[in-house]
Amino acid sequence: MIARRLFSSDRRIAVTIATLLAAAVIVPVLNLAVPADSVFHMPSYVVALVGKYLCYALLALALDLVWGYCGILSLGHGAFFALGGYAMGMYLMRQIGPRGVYSHPTLPDFMVFLNWKELPFTWWGFSSFPYAMLMVGLVPGILAFVFGWFAFRSRVTGVYLSIITQALTYALMLAFFRNDMGFGGNNGLTDFKDILGFNIQSQTTRAVLFSLSVLALMAGYLVARAIVTSKAGKILIAVRDAEARTRFLGYRVENYKLFVWTVSAVMAGIAGALYVPQVGIINPSEFSPANSIETIVWVAVGGRGTLVGAALGAGVVNFAKSWFTGAFPQGWLFALGGLFVFVTLFLPKGIVGTFTEWWRTRAAKREPPASAAAEQPAQ
Amino acid sequence: MQFVRKLVLAVIVVCASLPSLARADDAGLRATLARVATARNFQETEAVVRDLAATGEPAVERILSALADGNLYIRKSGQGVFIGKEDGQTIALADPVAGAAAGTAAKGDLTKVKVNNALRRTIRDAMGGLTLGSDDPAARLSAAGIMLKRPDIAALPALDAAIARETDAKVKAALAQARAATVLVSDLGEAEKLAAIGVLSNRGDSDALAQLTAFRAASTGVLAETAARSVQHIESSMAAWQVAQNVWYGISLGSVLLLAAIGLAITFGVMGVINMAHGEMVMLGAYTTFVVQQAIRAFAPDLFDWSLAFALPAAFLVAGGVGLAIERGMIRFLYGRPLETLLATWGVSLILQQAVRTIFGPTNQEVGAPSWMAGAFQLGQLTITWSRLWIVLFCLAVFLVLVFVMKRTSWGLRMRAVTQNRRMAASMGIRTPWVDAFTFALGSGIAGIAGVALSQIDNVSPNFGQGYIIDSFMVVVFGGVGNLWGTFIGAMTLGVLNKFLEPYAGAVLGKILVLVLIILFIQKRPRGLFALKGRAVEA
Amino acid sequence: MLIDPMDMHVPTEAVQAIERPLVVTQSLLYLDGVSVSFDGFRAINNLSLVIAPGEMRAIIGPNGAGKTTMMDIITGKTKPDTGDVIFDGQIDLTQLDETAIANLGIGRKFQKPTVFESHTVEDNVEMAVKADRTVFGTLFSRHSAEIWKRVDEILGIVRLGDHRRRMAGDLSHGQKQWLEIGMLLAQDPKLLLVDEPAAGMTDVETGATADLLKDIAKTHSVVVVEHDMGFIRELGVKVTCLHEGSVLSEGTLDKVSADERVIEVYLGR
Repeated sequence: MIARRLFSSDRRIAVTIATLLAAAVIVPVLNLAVPADSVFHMPSYVVALVGKYLCYALLALALDLVWGYCGILSLGHGAFFALGGYAMGMYLMRQIGPRGVYSHPTLPDFMVFLNWKELPFTWWGFSSFPYAMLMVGLVPGILAFVFGWFAFRSRVTGVYLSIITQALTYALMLAFFRNDMGFGGNNGLTDFKDILGFNIQSQTTRAVLFSLSVLALMAGYLVARAIVTSKAGKILIAVRDAEARTRFLGYRVENYKLFVWTVSAVMAGIAGALYVPQVGIINPSEFSPANSIETIVWVAVGGRGTLVGAALGAGVVNFAKSWFTGAFPQGWLFALGGLFVFVTLFLPKGIVGTFTEWWRTRAAKREPPASAAAEQPAQ
Repeated sequence: MQFVRKLVLAVIVVCASLPSLARADDAGLRATLARVATARNFQETEAVVRDLAATGEPAVERILSALADGNLYIRKSGQGVFIGKEDGQTIALADPVAGAAAGTAAKGDLTKVKVNNALRRTIRDAMGGLTLGSDDPAARLSAAGIMLKRPDIAALPALDAAIARETDAKVKAALAQARAATVLVSDLGEAEKLAAIGVLSNRGDSDALAQLTAFRAASTGVLAETAARSVQHIESSMAAWQVAQNVWYGISLGSVLLLAAIGLAITFGVMGVINMAHGEMVMLGAYTTFVVQQAIRAFAPDLFDWSLAFALPAAFLVAGGVGLAIERGMIRFLYGRPLETLLATWGVSLILQQAVRTIFGPTNQEVGAPSWMAGAFQLGQLTITWSRLWIVLFCLAVFLVLVFVMKRTSWGLRMRAVTQNRRMAASMGIRTPWVDAFTFALGSGIAGIAGVALSQIDNVSPNFGQGYIIDSFMVVVFGGVGNLWGTFIGAMTLGVLNKFLEPYAGAVLGKILVLVLIILFIQKRPRGLFALKGRAVEA
Repeated sequence: MLIDPMDMHVPTEAVQAIERPLVVTQSLLYLDGVSVSFDGFRAINNLSLVIAPGEMRAIIGPNGAGKTTMMDIITGKTKPDTGDVIFDGQIDLTQLDETAIANLGIGRKFQKPTVFESHTVEDNVEMAVKADRTVFGTLFSRHSAEIWKRVDEILGIVRLGDHRRRMAGDLSHGQKQWLEIGMLLAQDPKLLLVDEPAAGMTDVETGATADLLKDIAKTHSVVVVEHDMGFIRELGVKVTCLHEGSVLSEGTLDKVSADERVIEVYLGR
């Protein structure tokens, strides 16, 4: 059933998947196999940059799932992203082994520096890749589940929920800045050497990580798409638009919210885990509330409640950021701030939402409108 | 110890009985002082210090303090002792006894009288005793303090004499406490000692505690028991003062939180607008203070103490004006869409931060404090700094004025009418768009005023506001939206809670705990501490 | 204005989980001695009301009489301070939340028509049709011919068959009212609470709505709150008049409208 839904004849999904699959194959080929002097060669820094954008796109997708479809505006999704990143970072730290500055067989450098004698329990097991990967999903998932279980059951909604999600990520940021938390404090985790035995700096590893990011984004998209096009997806939109009405219809609103919230957190965690080996560092500033809010503008620009739009928005805004910080470093915050204002005032449906609407009005002139409520962005 | 005892005694006796005689004995003093030049080691210098102190001359204090500071010089030609002040390659000389200027000399012509730590201690103790006869009550008070810390049985008669002569009640009490400490180390009778324990017990601070603890260890029987009871009494009273201290710090932090949140209580609490640029309004207020102070420094330095009085209306107008522009230009299109308002105002906050960074630079700006905000005073065992006290008072004043405006003026009535039922208010002839605009401007203006006060205790940088925004939202949400008193109680509760958690958990962990507690609290009471109930809130 | 009014949740700390002796009645809905106050204002004051199985009842009363608050109490949105609310002879509704009460078979139409505006008309009805309502049930639900047959039936009853693919938000006010009634039917409840179904309708639509409700009442218990006396007359059922949170008068419309106290309340002295 799910499979049938996944591979339905919808054109957008087909195009999206085809594009992503093509990118997963072609980019590494252009980077590795095409000689550096060819015009078709893709420089490694571009691969790294786009790989980073892909992780952001997955994060944006996760946020769109809760915000666009269920109306939960999370100002703390960066926390789940960072937790996934830390889980990956801890694995990578353990992989360094005795090659650290202090050559300690098990303890990471910062623990030796802090005079710690043994590995804290939080680090146990992280030398195993499968365990670390499990934690990448479990830690954000459990945090989201517990947080959501309390919040949704006591019906904290709207801006109240937004503000406490912000408090959540802020509290985590303060906590991770502390040295005695045992996660590297201020400096975070860095100086990674290899992943599963492959040199993390090598061009091939980076190309593989790139392809994995594409595949993760694709998988995330398919899962999100399966959720929002199911009957449960209809209920989520119903919750977004008229929560009390949904309750009076006999649906357990808090369970629906909790489900989509937890799924979204796990997706964000996976995005963070793919991000860390590609940028080579994870530190507490990833928890900063400003990061989470920036994620929202990606989704808003692309068009919330469209999935594809969220991913696209992440790419567009981050590309603009890279360009601005190179060309006019002073101008980026002006541009970002202006973007927030512009999108909310003049482009509430985002790029994809506005385009879809235009397309639908055009199609409507020829034939009666089709049922495609799931594509409808929030008003 | 023996020496100090004699010294103090001598000084006190001399000071008490023979002031006029001593003044006449100028030549004797000079002769004694001259021996400094011939002293071969520290012991001999110490003997000179002892003899100097014994003369009881007021000038001795000047000489001894110059000696302690290393400012006493001997001319190499052997022509006398001087107080010198280094000035480049030369030294400005002064006569040690008369204090008058005595020309200058090249550095090479003079030898500094050397002092070591033991000698410095002797000098300090000698001066403590000397000042017991000083004309300045503050000096007498500190002398009494020294004698309490280092009680000396030989000084007892001198203390009695000083107490008999003392007119200042505060100094007299301090002298009595010093005497009590001295009695405890003396061989006087049990009755005297019991009375002394009582006196020290009433003093109730750590110095008294130290004396009593030492006494308890050295004594037996009734005396030891009484001392133990007093120690316990002092310890519990000190614990109470510790609590008072935490409460005061908590109130102080609470008023900072309240100042930061009070504007938000209007824009968010009353109007329901999520203004993420609220922190930047506070920042604009702080930068306005900086600009006003720069202008005053440049054009009217005499008015610097009044700079905050000028900055207050200026900050209110600047922040309020920016608020008005934001409301008219943006927020009014977004009413009823709180999440969009949140995003758009976040955008504004980024723009304002970057604008300030571009104009003033990214570094901290120095905002000066007027003289009346400097310093501190003692209240019991509490040290209260004037700046904190002024901020608490200012915060209360702002809060009360705001409550008055909201509850007792026709403008406040209109504001509340519009926020409760917009359509009804409009049909009663209230211009709702203008009420919206001015309410928002009021909230922003108050944030600006808060910025003036907060610039006194925090670094003024473009990120100034960011540090307050999350706390402010926590305060308003915790206190209950739409309720000014809730905001007040919320701020004070969070402030005090924070300060009580800090000693156990540390500052950062304390803050995390408070955040977690608020998150849990909101689960329990999603509408805050003082929530409105019923259908009215659902309109 | 801060939050969608539908999201509002009245704090429940007033509820005391005292063990009450269970009142077993033969009625479908039984309210006894129910009171609730908001910040000192008594919205419902010692209200008692009994609805028999299969009965249709009209509730009237001036503004602020407590009609909507009564519905809030029955559907679990508001918890009463005191009193019993018993459904189906033995179920204590005060201990349950909205979802549980809805699943027991109490459907509610709001005063202001509330439909899912960004869903199509047919999707609105489909979500309401009795089916597995758990997260995983809906996540993996298949296209069910049975459910869609029921959707077709209901769209026929509420005469929205021609509009089934339109967005619910694009419907007229009257059509939304009908859609909401249709969703109520789709839930197949034992008891329907209908708040002002005729508000904002033309006379023709009002008449049609009355016919529809009478039709529904043949197989369900219905409680209708309405201001429109013409509409109530057309229903021709027992009327309860509320005032200041308690029952003022009860009986046929003629009896109630002849009641001195009712006239006084409506017209003033």
